[in-house]
Amino acid sequence: MFPASFGYLAPQSLQEALALLDEHGDEAKLLAGGHSLIPAMKLRLASPRYLIDIGQLANLRGIKIEAGNLAIGALTVHADIASSALVREHFPGLAEAAAVIGDPQVRNRGTIGGSVAHADPAADFPVILTALNGSFVLQSPSGSRTVAADDFFLDFFTTVMKGNEILTEVRIPLQPGAVGSAYVKLGHPASGYVVVSAGALVSHRSGSCVFARIAAGGLGSGPTRAAAAEKELQGKMLTTDGIAAAVAKVSEGIAVEGDDYASADYKRHLASVYARRAIEAAVARAKD
Amino acid sequence: MSNMSKAEYEKIPIKVTVNGVTHEAMVEPRTLLVYFLRDHLGLTGTHVGCDTSQCGACTIHLNGRAVKSCTLLAVQVNGAEITTIEGLAPEGKLHPVQEGFYEKHGLQCGYCTSGMIMNAVSLLQTNPKPSDDEIRHALEGNLCRCTGYVNIVASIRWAAEKMGGHDVSR
Repeated sequence: MFPASFGYLAPQSLQEALALLDEHGDEAKLLAGGHSLIPAMKLRLASPRYLIDIGQLANLRGIKIEAGNLAIGALTVHADIASSALVREHFPGLAEAAAVIGDPQVRNRGTIGGSVAHADPAADFPVILTALNGSFVLQSPSGSRTVAADDFFLDFFTTVMKGNEILTEVRIPLQPGAVGSAYVKLGHPASGYVVVSAGALVSHRSGSCVFARIAAGGLGSGPTRAAAAEKELQGKMLTTDGIAAAVAKVSEGIAVEGDDYASADYKRHLASVYARRAIEAAVARAKD
Repeated sequence: MSNMSKAEYEKIPIKVTVNGVTHEAMVEPRTLLVYFLRDHLGLTGTHVGCDTSQCGACTIHLNGRAVKSCTLLAVQVNGAEITTIEGLAPEGKLHPVQEGFYEKHGLQCGYCTSGMIMNAVSLLQTNPKPSDDEIRHALEGNLCRCTGYVNIVASIRWAAEKMGGHDVSR
């Protein structure tokens, strides 16, 4: 299978890439790792007239601590996130998500920025980044803005990004105190894509929950915050019973959509099971 | 598409080092790397299997990391270093992983084998002493439709032992 013909543009700087994107607008697509876009182009689901390959922009790659955030360049590949000592130290849940995307070869090539901007409803990063209160830096010719994951994903494959914006960095605020994170998923047995997944960020003081952020994947068009479950946990002791009471409310207020593989009822059940596992793992990592 | 000038489709010059040899070529932007390797350079050891990034038959090393060459454009690897299955045995002497597949009957039809081997080499570079479980997980992106994975896992374990990383006593 071959993609339709296109014009290939390889900017050498972010400024050049932004100028090209501004010039070609909707006729252009950004190419990073290409592990969502190239398959779509081979199937002719996408036939952009121009590809703007930002893959060579080395300063969009890397993981660092900056201004109270874990900052991850958009071109950082999944394998590097999964194996990063910084990520594992601060947000092991993010490393877990990175380690279960696709397969080793895909993880050597796919990028976090590409995954987020593509907004596949069965993707892993949107879910854990929502749980971790992540945000995305969007550059345009006129400047930059930062959008929280909570506000970023609008629908299937749809985000708030404008046609002239490039996602350059993922930021996750560092949390003080005893805090832990985790990500677990049930992948489809053939494709590995998310059937249901859960990400959790839990902070506690002497076993009492200071706050919890829980996000689920696979339930709808994108990541969904489990607000009722979060509220149930807050201020409670993080015991087996306390966690069970919270996860019973995981899909409360969420319009769960079934699909060919899993019915809505089954997904609601899975969401409570996977949320419990994510919360328990996060709590176990949150040392006072 | 209609008003796109012909010049915009024009071939693009790339320079790629494959198995230690630097090649300069003009390629259409939509040329997939696996076809560049096979059709332009004649390196047919890298196979096109599913052509949808699932099966791993097209696995090569790009700057030292295993990737699927059916899901890369040749223009994306401009300036890069690539190793294909042909590059594993440059003097005709088999790589230990190749030997392992021979010794442990790790192939039947052989279609998936070059991709299996390239991915296994990559695994042993980062994890010289993998458990059977780790080997199986590392093969998530490589499908064999003949013989199953028991002998493939044994082949890779054999290679790990031969390469000295593995506990030979197991």
